[in-house]
Parts: sequence; C-alpha cells; structure tokens
Amino acid sequence: MAQILSPLPGTFYRSSSPDKPPYKADGDTVAAGDVIGLIEVMKSFHEVRAEVAGSNIRFLADNEEPVMAGAPLADLD
Amino acid sequence: MTVRVISPGLATSVQDLGRPGYYHIGIPEGGGMDRLATRIANLLVGNEPGAALLEATFMGPELEFTQAATVAVTGGELPPKVNGEEKPSWESFEVKAGDRLSFGYLKGGARAYIAISGGIDVPVVLGSRTTYVLGALGGFQGRVLKAGDELPIGEGMGKAGKSLPAEYRRPAQAPAELRMLPGLYWHRVTEAAGKRFFEETWKVAPEADRIGYRFKGGTPLDFVPREPPFGAGSDPSNIVDACYPYGSVQVPSGTEPIVLHRDAVSGGGYMMVGVVISADMDQIAQLQPHTPARFVEVTLDQALAARADSNAAQRRAEDYLVG
Repeated sequence: MAQILSPLPGTFYRSSSPDKPPYKADGDTVAAGDVIGLIEVMKSFHEVRAEVAGSNIRFLADNEEPVMAGAPLADLD
Repeated sequence: MTVRVISPGLATSVQDLGRPGYYHIGIPEGGGMDRLATRIANLLVGNEPGAALLEATFMGPELEFTQAATVAVTGGELPPKVNGEEKPSWESFEVKAGDRLSFGYLKGGARAYIAISGGIDVPVVLGSRTTYVLGALGGFQGRVLKAGDELPIGEGMGKAGKSLPAEYRRPAQAPAELRMLPGLYWHRVTEAAGKRFFEETWKVAPEADRIGYRFKGGTPLDFVPREPPFGAGSDPSNIVDACYPYGSVQVPSGTEPIVLHRDAVSGGGYMMVGVVISADMDQIAQLQPHTPARFVEVTLDQALAARADSNAAQRRAEDYLVG
C-alpha cells in the first residue's frame, strides 16, 4: 500500500474547478504521474501527482479541506 | 563555484536584509521575511549577517553543489538532507562537491533560510541582492528560482557543527499573537467592531505571501457612516490614497485584514486600522495557511518596549555565535 502526501500546506481540491468532476474517484486505478488533486496556496494552484501506480485509491482528505505539508491525501493499493 | 538548482521548491528566492531607501518611489525594502532567521543562518556559516541566502517557502528546493561549502538552515522546520541523510536545522554542516541538498516535508513554521558559506553572489541592485519578484528586480534574474539555474556562490568557508540553542530562538505561539498599534483610520470603525476585531481569532488565508498576509474567519467590520471624501471611493473602507507602512493592516471592504509585509506596495486607497509592531513581523513570516492568529492591541510605548526587547534578543543570539 502506498500513501499520497501533500507536498505543501494549503487547501486541497479534488477537481480542477468547482464545475468539473473530481480527478479521481474512490476505487479508481492511478498511474504514476496522474494528477489526483490540487493544493491552493499563495494565490496559485499546485497539482498533486501520484509518485507510484496503484489501484483502489481511497481519499483521506475532503475537497476544500485545509491540509498541512506531509498530510496524507489518499491511500493506494 | 556554483550551486545548481535541481528542483526549485515552491517559491524559493535570493534574499538578504533588504533594500532600504526606495520605498517612497514604490520599491519595497524586501529581504528575508524572518530577519532573525536570515541573520542567524548567515552567522552559522561564517557569513556577514546580511549576506544573500535562499528563502524557501513551504517547500524546500533540491540543490547540487559543485564544490565543498558550509550550509545552515534556520527558520521554519524544513528538515535538510544531504544525499538523503537528514541534518539538523539551526546548525552548520558541510557539503562536498557533488552532494545534493534536499528537504523533507515542512513540519512547522512556513519559511526556511538556507545560507551557504560565501553567500549567493548575484549582482547588487540598488544596494541589495534581494529579489523583488513583483518588480522583477534584483536576486537571481529578478525572479524565484527555476530548475536548471546555476547560482554563483562567493568565496568563503565556515565551520561545521556551529549551532544556536533553542533558548536563543523565537518560540512559536499558538494562536499567534500579533501586537497591533491602532492607527490613523481607527475612527472609521465602530467601537463594537473595533472591540470584536481584537477579541476574535482569525486564520491565515492561503493567499498570504511576501507582499501581504491575509487573515479570514473574523466578523466583518462595521464602519462609522460618512460622506466619502473627494477622491475616495464609495466603499466604506476606501480613503483618499495614502502611504502604506510595513506592517500596516488594511481591511478592504471591512472583511479580511491584510498585514503588509516585506514586499509591500507603498500606497493605495484602503484605510488601515493600525500596524503590526516591528517586533512581531518576523513571526508572521512563519505562519502557515489556516494558522489561528489574534491581534492584540498595544500602545506606542508598549510597541517601543517590545522593539527594544526584540533587538536585545537578537543581540544575545548574535553574541552567542560571534562572541
């Protein structure tokens, strides 16, 4: 099992804009390099990418949740 | 020698103690937002306190050294690593030619200061090596670092193992208490709203940066009714344009206070409810988004006493290091 951690403190978003579907849904398969969410900080948005491939992604952070650097965002099998 | 930027971090820039003397023509003083951490990092590697170093915000860069150097990291808790092996903060260590300096996740604070013996030898612009990103001035090509940059480093070598004990550093507060001197426009705010402003706990907004720190979560201010003066806008927070001091707290439309910091714009049309005192400006530099903070009302005498205490604490720390 792998965990995807937030590289930055800020606000976590699951989709690229409020009217778009989430990048990934719980249970999806993820390839290395896939974007799984955004972190907003200092007036810019930073893509969070999976460093490794995995299946059955399970999000641990909610959309618009404040996160710390190093906070777990999702688990992967 | 040079240091190669493998990855830049989020917003890593060259800073020193700033570029005073040009604020009246719109160029802010700039410099490391946490001035004490800037000075100490330099002293730990044997530099002058005002040598140029790197300020890394929220996320560290990865750097490759082409020659041996002494390095020290101060400020926020951003754990340095040499070739993957963790090194202490607030303590100098040696890197060899070919070594890579990287960083773990930020554990506390917001900004780390990375000093390299000899200092970062970018050109001096208007008396300083500080980067003013908004004006594309100074530092490394007037911008934050990018992958592939080659930073010129000056001559000099420090000693490994020099450290500043914790009792000489500024302790973190939770919630952060920012002492504020009410200012010229305080009369624009109703008495009840002014009282509430100091009672409530605010939170650092994710937009906070080197220009200003925005806070949210408190109740919007109520204003004393008025006829807008000629030249001010119709919003009750508008004023006829005025100078903005460092640390001044503007509250556009009365909703979210913004404390102007080292890269502040020098003037504009929002009323300022006061100024955060100079002794608490370094502390703001270390506030992460969503950190709770309170504004604490002080008098001018209390502000001056706090400045004297803060200067004395800085001298004690520097005396400890340089004797």
